[in-house]
Amino acid sequence: MSKRDDASILPANPPHGEPKLGYLPVADIPHKPRVTDTDPKAARRAERQVAGMFILSMLLVVLFVVAFVTIDVTTVIYVPVLGEVGASNLALGLTFGGAVFLIGAGAIQWAKKLMPDVEVVQERHNMTSPKDDTEEAAATYERGKEESGFARYPIIRRTLIGALALFPIPLIVMLRDLWQTPAGANPVEILSSTSWRDGERIVPDIGHNTGENVPGIRPEEIPVGGLVSALPMSIKDLKDDVVANMRDRGKSAIILVRMDPEEIRSQQGEGWDYQGILAYSKICTHVGCPIALYEHRTHHLLCPCHQSTFDLADSGDVIFGPAARRMPQLPIRVDGEGYLVAASDFEEPVGPSFWERG
Amino acid sequence: MKFLSHRRRKPWVATALLAMALLVVGGGYAAVSSTAPAEAAMGSQTQVEEGKRLFLEGCSSCHGLEAQGSMNGPSLIGVGAASVHFQVATGRMPMSAPGAQAPAKEVIYTEDEIAAMSAWVASLAPGPAIPTAEQLDFADADVAEGGVLFRINCAQCHQAAGGGGALTDGKYAPSLMNATPQEIYEAMLTGPQNMPIFSDETLPVAEKQQILAYIDALQQAPSPGGLSLGRLGPVVEGLFMWTAVFAALIAAAVWIGIKAR
Repeated sequence: MSKRDDASILPANPPHGEPKLGYLPVADIPHKPRVTDTDPKAARRAERQVAGMFILSMLLVVLFVVAFVTIDVTTVIYVPVLGEVGASNLALGLTFGGAVFLIGAGAIQWAKKLMPDVEVVQERHNMTSPKDDTEEAAATYERGKEESGFARYPIIRRTLIGALALFPIPLIVMLRDLWQTPAGANPVEILSSTSWRDGERIVPDIGHNTGENVPGIRPEEIPVGGLVSALPMSIKDLKDDVVANMRDRGKSAIILVRMDPEEIRSQQGEGWDYQGILAYSKICTHVGCPIALYEHRTHHLLCPCHQSTFDLADSGDVIFGPAARRMPQLPIRVDGEGYLVAASDFEEPVGPSFWERG
Repeated sequence: MKFLSHRRRKPWVATALLAMALLVVGGGYAAVSSTAPAEAAMGSQTQVEEGKRLFLEGCSSCHGLEAQGSMNGPSLIGVGAASVHFQVATGRMPMSAPGAQAPAKEVIYTEDEIAAMSAWVASLAPGPAIPTAEQLDFADADVAEGGVLFRINCAQCHQAAGGGGALTDGKYAPSLMNATPQEIYEAMLTGPQNMPIFSDETLPVAEKQQILAYIDALQQAPSPGGLSLGRLGPVVEGLFMWTAVFAALIAAAVWIGIKAR
């Protein structure tokens, strides 16, 4: 404790004395001096450490400039853990990041090891307001209540409360138009029907040009274990209408899978398959992610978003995950020219549940 | 133990432990081994016989003496040469243990041996042949169209950047970053393990070539920042930031707060 009494290194006057201006009184608690306080060698070492960090920081800034000028931005090097990485990126990041970090680290080290280490007392002022102030505030409030007549005119009070309760309603009503339908269209009907109808050809989904220059899919083109992401042929009529195109894809997208007919344990309707080819909606019944993650040996269809799993060999029932409804199945048949077509629209709405679905 | 507990209290130990843990996590992303493609070859009689001999030796315990399948492995009648080549040339077959997932590993057969086995299996019944060099030539294919087709048909399992992803019950779709065009083509054609088949009728050769071109572009794409974390995207990157970077920030805050000795 001898060092502590040496006034020359303390930031404050000794306990119980009147503190100097700008200083705080030293707390009257036990104090354990640091190594740097007692050992001048340690203090010298800490001094060198801090200065070393600042010098290294300067050095890194120089290296940054050198790296910026000399390293070609397209150079790729291999670094363990990071893998293939742009040499310029790595060098610039490490040098500049290191330079900034070392300034901070040096400052912290300086403060911790060399700046005065002493526990001081800092007085906190009273948190409550003076009694006069609180009384005046209360009186002002009472005067306002009296002058406005809020208590005296009950009709005004009640109508004001009514007006405030009603004014958010337009904000909620306007939400209706977030649904961009033709005027007067019923959202429930739109969500409950798709473009599939009896005789609608099924075509492979190839993106923007889907349905062009393809007559359809023949059943023999899908091998057992095969998978085809497909759309109705009519999607090509919506090619140039971006909104209608995306909306139709969002509802009408299906997958065709083929399994050995003996492996089909149940379907959503009698004879809805065609020789083991099953058509299911591609839109998850949970929150509507497109699913084509089909395991052809287990017949499981797994949604990559939340791991809902459907068994396509068993009516598309949910066997795992958050989905609450089975995957809607599309009844299919073959038309006179031998191409796969839908036999009707889906019998239940596809995609996630909605309010009026029941 | 006193020696250890004494060291544990030192402020730098926490930082060092943390840095070590971070290194272990980062190092966990190891690359998978690559494999070399083999030339397609159609079987002469001696090659078919050699293939049968190799099959009886290495494959028949699971797939049956006549490749008719057994409790441990599916029938190989009609799977075609492409299937044999894909499975054996990537080291997936023979499997080291029965199971739904057959991981790619070191290839134990030579190219000639694989060609012989392919020829024998192809001689059993017609099936997808090993793709020709012409079918695999994607030099003129449209990469952007390939991206569209990849996202429609492949991305659900293999992830939009080809990094691979999880399936049910511990199975997984492998990363495509080290797959050769021939392997990718054969996989689409034959549907290995739980992958469905994308036949040449519903996904024509030209479209398969576009997909090959897209995967090739993904494989060539540089990663200027490094540590791609399986290219799984913002969720994984965010998680990494929240755990690793926040841990480093907390370590720094702890260091600032510790009283110097």
